[in-house]
Amino acid sequence: MPKILLLAEHADGALKAATAAAAGFAAKICAAAGGEFEILVAGSGLAGVATAASRLGAARVLVADDPALAEPLADRHAHVVVAAAKARGADWLVAASSTYGKDVLPRAAALVDAGMVSDVTGFEMTGDGIVFRRPMFAGNVIATVRLDSPVKAVSVRATAFPPHSAAEASPVEAFSLAADSIPGLSVFVRREVKIGARPDPVEARIVVSGGRALKNPEDFERVVGGLADALGGAVGSSRALVDAGITPNSLQIGQTGKIVAPELYLAVGISGAIQHLAGIKDAKIIAAINKDADAPIFEIADYGLVADVYTAVPELIALLRR
Amino acid sequence: MKILVPLKRVPDPDTRIRLKPDGSGLDPDGVKFAVNPFDAIALEEALRWKERDPATEIVAVTIGGEEAIEQLRTGLAMGADRAVLVRATGPLDSLAVAKVLAALCQREKPDAVFMGKQAIDDDANQTGQMLAALLGVAQATFVSRLERDGTNRVRCARETDAGIETIEVDLRAVFTADLRLNEPRYVSLPGIMKAKRKPIEEHTVAGLGVDAAARTVLLKMELPPRRRTGVKVKTTAELVEKLRLEAKVI
Repeated sequence: MPKILLLAEHADGALKAATAAAAGFAAKICAAAGGEFEILVAGSGLAGVATAASRLGAARVLVADDPALAEPLADRHAHVVVAAAKARGADWLVAASSTYGKDVLPRAAALVDAGMVSDVTGFEMTGDGIVFRRPMFAGNVIATVRLDSPVKAVSVRATAFPPHSAAEASPVEAFSLAADSIPGLSVFVRREVKIGARPDPVEARIVVSGGRALKNPEDFERVVGGLADALGGAVGSSRALVDAGITPNSLQIGQTGKIVAPELYLAVGISGAIQHLAGIKDAKIIAAINKDADAPIFEIADYGLVADVYTAVPELIALLRR
Repeated sequence: MKILVPLKRVPDPDTRIRLKPDGSGLDPDGVKFAVNPFDAIALEEALRWKERDPATEIVAVTIGGEEAIEQLRTGLAMGADRAVLVRATGPLDSLAVAKVLAALCQREKPDAVFMGKQAIDDDANQTGQMLAALLGVAQATFVSRLERDGTNRVRCARETDAGIETIEVDLRAVFTADLRLNEPRYVSLPGIMKAKRKPIEEHTVAGLGVDAAARTVLLKMELPPRRRTGVKVKTTAELVEKLRLEAKVI
């Protein structure tokens, strides 16, 4: 029976929504195969995050609270994951496949000789045990994969699993490490946090995303930002705008950027390159506005409007504000 | 200084992916292969370091069969000094690849490893992190800028969900390249001519003493369900109405 250690993710004292989705995956595995999952929170000053993590239905929440863990450095956090897995006898390591999970989990997996599957979007029980589904080739192929190692590592695509919660709070206990045991191979220097109060596109219910039709940062803010604000949504961007320096890297949606699965994805002046579509195909509804009636985005859009975004979007904003 | 740059042979990113009818894998018919684009970015970065410090030696390495020599030749034509082919039969998972590269690092003793953050075929994004773990060195993943100071410390800007993060590590580390680290150069004709005279050394997985037993087994590949094409609306008012009353998402 699986004994799962789930690595939680947090920022600025708040638990990330992706962790609740990863807990949803862990709970489903336990429901199908038996076993239980425990959550590990690593960082510094974790009281609030630990409380939030205790509401996700885990058998236990382990809190590794140490100033040396304040920043999400992979060598340090992977060390804690391995120590906690050994102490608790865990044979599954699970994390959301965010940049944090992608950084830390493979490192931890190699330290315990675990095979790993990335970006899991589903699983099923078979006569040979559990098999996982995951995208390959920028989402153009769905692979079915089995893990044969005694210890298994799984990173979970958060948009593929519903968040899990429980009425009863899990017991929370400290997981302490000898102070000098935490490695210091890397040192944190700084983080340039994206500005603005809009939600993270990965977690938002509505994402408004802009593409090549937007000519400069001011237009992007007015058109795409304005529409996002009218809808209470997040903003995203195609790779073309990031490459052109119009939008910051952290807004890029697509295979090499963020994978989103909102209720509504509104593509504004995005042609729909295959790499972009790979990042949005799990959206419930896709709407697109583009001047070019032959743009590939219209092949997958539920609603398409052939129009110049510079005239259509201000109209839309006015209608929504009415 | 010596930089090791692993290059993976993958289907060209512009290739249309088709599967064998039994779902056992990719239909290789008519597929053009290329160096994994993220690995090409890693190699370009090594070449730029060499331009600043000509004493640098760049060793390109790949794991696979005879056919992977094509990608090593591309790496040599771009400017790598020499290449290593580790012969393997059958596919290896990320951990096995990391073990092979770790064994090669014991022989080659590079000062640093530059590689892509992920391969565009399996999209696993694991090997660099696993290699760093096996070597017991730091990792700087998803890097968009590398700056080495006068010493052996390297400042790395990393692309994370929260924004650009900067960390500092020793040169002896594994660096994995993200999209915006640089734009790889094209191979020049003189480069191709020169590449023909550069040496390619060969090893085998077993010869390096690596147990490459697969822990991750690929059982089946399928095409994802297609999204249905929707409808075109004529006006912004109609779009708002559809989103409100039909899709009920706003």
